[in-house]
Amino acid sequence: MKNPDHLQHPFEPMTDELPPEPGYHFILDRRKFLALTGGGLVVAFVLRDMLSFSGETLSPGNSQVPVSGVGAWIHISEDGKVTVYTGKVEVGQNIRTSLAQLVAEELMVPLSSITMIMGDTDLVPYDAGTFGSRTTPQMGPQLRKAAATAREALLEMAAKNWNTTAGNLKAENGMIVNAATNKKIGYGELTKGQQLLIPISDNVQLIATKDWKVAGKTVPKINERNFITGKHQYVSDMKLPGMLYGKVLRAPSYGAKLLDADVTKASKIPGVVVVKDENFIGVAAPDVKTAIKALEAIDAKWEENKGHPSNENIFDYLVKNARGESGGRNADDTKGNVEQGLTEAEFKHSKTYNIHYIAHVPLEPRAAVAEWIDGKLTVWTGTQRPFGVQQELADVFKMSKEKVRVIMPDTGSGYGGKHSGEAAIEAARLSKEAKKPVKLVWTREEEFTWAYFRPGGVIDVSAGVKKDGTITAWKFNNYNSGGAGLATPYKIGNQKIAHLPSNTPLKQGSYRGLAATANVFARESHMTDLARLIKMDQLEFRLKNLEDDRLIAVLQAAAKSFGWNGPKTQGHGFGIAGGFEKGGYVGCCAEVMINGDKEVKVVRITQAFDCGAIVNPHHLEQQAMGSIIQGLGGALFETVQFANGKILNSGLSSYRVPRFSDIPKIEIVLIDRKDIPSAGAGEACIVGVAPAIRNAIVDATGITLNTLPMLPNGALA
Amino acid sequence: MVLSINGDKHEVTVDPDVELLIVLRDYIGLTGTKYGCGEGACGACTVLVNGNITRSCITPVNSVAGKEITTIEGLEKNGELHAVQEAFLATDAFQCSYCASGMIMAAVALLKHNPSPSENAIVNAMNTNICRCGTYPYIVKAIQLAAKS
Ligand code: FES
Ligand code: FES
Repeated sequence: MKNPDHLQHPFEPMTDELPPEPGYHFILDRRKFLALTGGGLVVAFVLRDMLSFSGETLSPGNSQVPVSGVGAWIHISEDGKVTVYTGKVEVGQNIRTSLAQLVAEELMVPLSSITMIMGDTDLVPYDAGTFGSRTTPQMGPQLRKAAATAREALLEMAAKNWNTTAGNLKAENGMIVNAATNKKIGYGELTKGQQLLIPISDNVQLIATKDWKVAGKTVPKINERNFITGKHQYVSDMKLPGMLYGKVLRAPSYGAKLLDADVTKASKIPGVVVVKDENFIGVAAPDVKTAIKALEAIDAKWEENKGHPSNENIFDYLVKNARGESGGRNADDTKGNVEQGLTEAEFKHSKTYNIHYIAHVPLEPRAAVAEWIDGKLTVWTGTQRPFGVQQELADVFKMSKEKVRVIMPDTGSGYGGKHSGEAAIEAARLSKEAKKPVKLVWTREEEFTWAYFRPGGVIDVSAGVKKDGTITAWKFNNYNSGGAGLATPYKIGNQKIAHLPSNTPLKQGSYRGLAATANVFARESHMTDLARLIKMDQLEFRLKNLEDDRLIAVLQAAAKSFGWNGPKTQGHGFGIAGGFEKGGYVGCCAEVMINGDKEVKVVRITQAFDCGAIVNPHHLEQQAMGSIIQGLGGALFETVQFANGKILNSGLSSYRVPRFSDIPKIEIVLIDRKDIPSAGAGEACIVGVAPAIRNAIVDATGITLNTLPMLPNGALA
Repeated sequence: MVLSINGDKHEVTVDPDVELLIVLRDYIGLTGTKYGCGEGACGACTVLVNGNITRSCITPVNSVAGKEITTIEGLEKNGELHAVQEAFLATDAFQCSYCASGMIMAAVALLKHNPSPSENAIVNAMNTNICRCGTYPYIVKAIQLAAKS
């Protein structure tokens, strides 16, 4: 785990969900770029060591600007309008709004003058994708720097105009102002007739977080009116002239081999185009109903795979099929001597924790519209990785990436589940043959069956503790769940921690918080059990073994607001859990009530969250709330049921997600650390929910639940 | 057949058993109404038929011919948002907003039948609508705000 040569970027999507992709930078042609933006001033992120700038503007001879891996640029037009180009995408996390706030702050312009162009591979610089809570910590500072660079350039330009120094001037509300002479000039006027392309400056002075006026405040979602009036066009809403509707023939079960398919009947249906290309069979028709009819008219013979595991025996299967690989994130993290630590223990405790596969269930399923014009492919699709999908399409159709444009309109959410481009490829394949634009929207059943899942896993934990609360040994083995959140934040001299990948029978991939939800569940459950063994308070035991100030602070903040030491009703229990992920720290307290029928009701949850300096309090709270509520589903009842290579609950009537009536009283305590750079907010808050509830149930009943979900039927057995 | 949608008449030529959702979206171009599950389990496709909550994904189009259909596009009148939309706007309730149309239509129907619902009544009435982004507490707040106005 510690070998940096093997260290996979901890926020990267999981390898199984993605095709291999070479890291690359695309070269931006300066003329094309200026044609795109027109005149004005552009600040771009560029790889410093790959080009030499002469002075502020790019010399005409040097027409290629290489763009760095995490890029964005800001354009100030001749009419003073600000356009921000970024490869990040909006899936409901409201980064369109929060990134615009950061730019408005540094550039001293009203928020309404900013347009965000996001996730369009022809218009924005390369970006690896919107995942792993990277937008705020990485794109945020980059955009702040770019905006500040633009601000300073504008100050310099005005200073030159007025024969003074920039120090005598200030930027204010889209203007440069000379307070001494009362002269003012708008940004647009300054950039008029110019074609300036300047690199971002690393030395630029940023507005201190404590002085923020637009950033750090609650402002409403940009374009919100479009969303509540039904006007926003999601990809599934698009319609192009002459567009056909696509459908793809699916295998009856995983791994089934297509033996033979007769498509004659389908091809005879008027207006229907059938594509049969190796094992891909799809149809495109003038309307959805005809496409469905055509699909049903195809007579396909399959050879199905036998011997698939089911969710009844999945945990044995994952342990038995573990690959003993080590290295990278899977290497043992060993400290001291665990066996000796166990011998020194006064109490020992071993448990196995099981984690079922769960599904993302984005309310808008995968969708794509594809169109070929003169050999160039354009695909609109809901994906967290437009450039990744561009690469997938270029590979599939054996064409250069420049001939593939992927556009991602704000999408009906992802939660880590929309990293791949299946629908895009399918729509493009059909469109190529039909020579017309094709729209393909996955059904809910397809989304449940042919997307990917959060991995199931098995986690073995053995630990030893002394009466005084010293933890003497910690052995932690995670089969298949993944490496995120694997390490323990507690002071333990002897530890052995490992992640062993297994052969997953279901396609698995990223999910909000990745494996941290599973690992923190096992760790924090075990911590409470240890505390109970030595009859110490759950919170006190944690605090005794912690050194990390931020984790201590969130646990204490949650406990205080929750009333940890306050009175408890008969039949109720309190539980606590803490953790950190992607630079965010959470402390979570839960209260449960158990009634006479052993039904468990989560009464309330208090969560304290610190993710550095807050950019937009309301949207941050929403992200925390969304994580907690999504966490409830995986904690209590969500499970993908499967057998014989089929998903058995592939609809929303059979796969249960949290609804209004499942929501307890939720209190979120935001800790604004202005002294710490902002981290992403979409993930950390999911990790504490399950263990806090589990520990509250133990507190109330002594019953330890060690499988996620804990209460598929709502009651204790 | 002739459909009456948001006060306008629309003539459509389509099989009688095609779902209302498909007709609204693909034939009439009213795409504010969303597909989420196709089995009446998520509420994304909620419209009002004669003022009553209807899951358009499981409603054959011929069963609503001649009835008054209201979709999310029909709430705004002369550039003025419906009071329920105003309340959602003020609350900034949604994240991805894919559930928004269904939630708002369900809320409109609820408030028509029960102008000042208790929190419990809101939860019960809205429980068949799913928001996967987990914005439920904000939706409840928005409905309470709409009830007050
Ligand atoms: S799409 Fe109609 S209820 Fe889900
Ligand atoms: S806001 Fe995304 S589903 Fe409700």
